[in-house]
Amino acid sequence: MKPHVALRGVTRVYPGKTPVHALGPIDLALERGEFFAVVGPSGCGKSTLLDVMAGLASPTAGEIVFEDRPVNGDVPPGIGVVFQEDASFPWLTVHDNIAFGLRHARAAEAEVARQVGYAIEFMGLKDFARAYPAQLSGGMRQRVCIARTLVLKPRLILLDEPFGALDQQTRLLMGDELLRLWRETGATILLITHALDEATMLADRVGVMSARPGRFLDVIATDWPRTRDSTIVASESFGRLTSRIWTLLRGESIRALGRA
Amino acid sequence: MSAAGWTRLGVVLGLVLLLEALCRAGVIPNFTVIPPSAMAQSLWKVLASGKFTPDIIATLTNVGIAIAASMVVGVALGTLLQSWPAARRVLDPLFATYYAVPMYAFYPLLIVLFGLGDLPQVAIGFLLAVMAVIINTLNGLDRVPPVLVKAARVHGLGFLKTAHRVRLPYAAPYIFTGFKLAVAYSFIGVIGAEFITSSRGIGYEISFAYNNFDNAVMYAMILFILALVVTVNMSLHAWEKRLLARRRRA
Repeated sequence: MKPHVALRGVTRVYPGKTPVHALGPIDLALERGEFFAVVGPSGCGKSTLLDVMAGLASPTAGEIVFEDRPVNGDVPPGIGVVFQEDASFPWLTVHDNIAFGLRHARAAEAEVARQVGYAIEFMGLKDFARAYPAQLSGGMRQRVCIARTLVLKPRLILLDEPFGALDQQTRLLMGDELLRLWRETGATILLITHALDEATMLADRVGVMSARPGRFLDVIATDWPRTRDSTIVASESFGRLTSRIWTLLRGESIRALGRA
Repeated sequence: MSAAGWTRLGVVLGLVLLLEALCRAGVIPNFTVIPPSAMAQSLWKVLASGKFTPDIIATLTNVGIAIAASMVVGVALGTLLQSWPAARRVLDPLFATYYAVPMYAFYPLLIVLFGLGDLPQVAIGFLLAVMAVIINTLNGLDRVPPVLVKAARVHGLGFLKTAHRVRLPYAAPYIFTGFKLAVAYSFIGVIGAEFITSSRGIGYEISFAYNNFDNAVMYAMILFILALVVTVNMSLHAWEKRLLARRRRA
């Protein structure tokens, strides 16, 4: 079967007086409906990888193919992105934030109401539909951003440390919601995170990246059932998997630290 | 009303009463300042007579045109410059010295360019106001978090749509500051220009009354401008507060 997204030899060099080789070469193929997590030491080019995959930046070399079409410096329809920073629009209510993409796509107002209503319900934002982002907690704002992406029915969802700014309990619960969303939409998910437990708990496969320039040191399959949730963090194989990833990552993190 | 609000009202009322007392007692002669109560009375008479209605309408129309033009041009130029750093680097030092230029010095030139009608007054109001709008638009757009612009790109918005749907709405509170300044500068520019050369308008009537020692009309019109500008500014302030409330953390 053809992969849903494929990266071949993707490299990104930031030009300048002393060019910075940030990423690659990266080869990666994601199956349709797969949940893939990327972990790596800080500054290894994880976010660059996401930008390039989303079409927010062009690769210096190599190619990205999404649903048989090359991605190059433009975000193709069907890709949704959730960022680490709060990307909710502060001048719009929760409802209008979530409706943003649909309205831009000129969906009929009845359809917008239906879709947004569903997403609000799904993300547990029902009591806050008329609230402005400033009145919500960080976790709630991130839910708004996820809902805003969700209503556009993306087939590939890229998440750049979406729970990075949240506390541990909220992160675990948001992880559960992400798994639920993944199961119900059937979307392919690529999650970038610095939290090993998050990667191990959520993903079908975890790609471990090296220090800059980021490359995959190894890709580890977790073999979780599709119906998993955050309770697996208590299982024995969870500990084994996490420690395996950490063993791979430890040396790289020390290298990255030394360079910083 | 807050304690500060009551105190403020008290101070203003106290000063008005003091002026009233000084004028009535003859400490301040009536050919210098008339008592505030006489100003109010005269204003009522002047407004009721309708004699100055065309002047008031002319001034307000010209101020309105200056505000609207400076907002449209200022926001458009600000948006353009913000996404064109090279041009901005060239112009920035000129912006900084803009308000050092006495616009009224160009009045003869403006008359040559625009004739003797309303346009020179509008032009001065516009020239004073537009830079405040440009500077505040730039300031607001500079503060847009990059992640919001990224989010716009993910949603497939182009340059104009991103400006219209994301960057300008984010910058709105800053642009509103520019708008408030534009209102103030347009009043200053237009009414000031009416003093110099014009055959109608509030500024012209004040100057005319002054030259004819008509203190009753002069102070009535001054009071009118004062009341008008204070009312407009306070309404804008209240509007701004309402707009900002939703952006602030509860």
